Amino acid sequence: MIEVLATGPLVTIQDLGRPGWASVGVGRSGAADRAALTLANRLVANPEGAAALEVLFGGLVISARRHVWLALSGAPAPATVDGAPVGHHAVFPLAPGERLRLGRPDSGLRTYLAVRGGIDVPPVLGSRSRDTLSGIGPDPLRAGALLPVGPEPGELPLVDQAPVPVPPGGPVTLRAVRGPRDRFLTDPRALERDGWVVSTRADRIGLRLTGRTVAAGADAGGMASEGLTRGAVQLPPGGEPVVFLADHPTTGGYPVIAVLLDADADRAAQLRPGQAVRIRLLDPDSTHG
Amino acid sequence: MKVLRYGDRALLLDLGDGASPLAAAALARACRAAELPGLLDVTPAARTVLLTLGAGVDPAEVRRRLTGLRPDQADQGSTAEVVRIRVRYDGPDLTEVARLTGLSPAEVVRLHTASAWTVAFGGFAPGFAYLAGGDPALRVPRRDEPRTRVPAGAVALAGEYSAVYPGPSPGGWQLIGTTSARLWDTDRDPPALLQPGDRVRFEELG
Repeated sequence: MIEVLATGPLVTIQDLGRPGWASVGVGRSGAADRAALTLANRLVANPEGAAALEVLFGGLVISARRHVWLALSGAPAPATVDGAPVGHHAVFPLAPGERLRLGRPDSGLRTYLAVRGGIDVPPVLGSRSRDTLSGIGPDPLRAGALLPVGPEPGELPLVDQAPVPVPPGGPVTLRAVRGPRDRFLTDPRALERDGWVVSTRADRIGLRLTGRTVAAGADAGGMASEGLTRGAVQLPPGGEPVVFLADHPTTGGYPVIAVLLDADADRAAQLRPGQAVRIRLLDPDSTHG
Repeated sequence: MKVLRYGDRALLLDLGDGASPLAAAALARACRAAELPGLLDVTPAARTVLLTLGAGVDPAEVRRRLTGLRPDQADQGSTAEVVRIRVRYDGPDLTEVARLTGLSPAEVVRLHTASAWTVAFGGFAPGFAYLAGGDPALRVPRRDEPRTRVPAGAVALAGEYSAVYPGPSPGGWQLIGTTSARLWDTDRDPPALLQPGDRVRFEELG
């Protein structure tokens, strides 16, 4: 059992989500930065989709009721156990009564805390993820919450530390495949021009890019709704693109003018309001995988 | 049908502007039945079907498998049970719908209950189902000013669709009635009362 003593702006339980329910209006949800979640799980030798904590901008304090092994990934929040620093992308123990405290990360937005055995709350529709759009899955954590930890997996952690870069604080380039609805654009390369900045309107559902606008043709408004994925770049009438993240709606009525590569949707989830973004467009025919 | 690339993990199947939402629903069913490699999810919508693929799946391989697909629109709902939804036609927009359609409120109710609707696709909220195939005389635009709060169980019309709001939410559809049917219950199996392909009959509560 893990006890939550304090949370920052938002702490949710996340795994790899619940794909398969889109036709009844429920999206996949799951960790906003899936690569970070799976890395933290691998470090403690969990199955890579085990449920962990997604911590937005630090502020989490926990203690354990029994000895547990933990690992942190994603945004590098400075972490201490009873005041002694512990490493990022590293396995470390937490003894009963000790406190793990996460500060604000220097870069990135979302830190993942995996516990060996996984967070073992009851799954909803096959997943322990909180979908902040539909309200499905375990509520965001509050101080006083007690979190059950699952049985330790048979595998043992093989590495103490993973040499993986942390999310950068400077300008970030995201790769996106053009289309499927870029024919609505008056300038098909408009997304590639410099000057995009992440707006303050950013959450688990998506983030809005600001600083410039993209012009769409007059016929873009009459489009029928169609399916959305994580990483879809949608162009609402105001011309400021929206990049959808893990809790995106299942369908939308504005043109999707480009779609981030899946790996870059993870990186988009670590962007902070005010951070500069460049988008590099790839041709649909040149992309595989 | 056009097959459009949608990033590196999805394909968008586009039936074109003139297509019926029931054709998209039939195509979505055919995609599920075809056991396409690595298929994670299928999102039918008004004119399109989005196929979401898992890691390591070659979209080109999925695209090849799609060429053999034969969606059969005739099979929709033919074996499915008809879901009956009892409605009290007391919605605040019933007289406005009557004005827009040139019918009397009683005629609107009669046409809404006269024939079966078919679930084309879901979206907007868990359990929200877009019902198509109703009487064309009932086509009305959305409200100019969406409501900030539509109650759960509101029965509504917009465009070629009818729907029931599963929970309280903002909404721009024309509200013609209310039902006590539970459209969504996470603890029920299946949680959504209405699945794509299901047929729905509305019945007036006297």
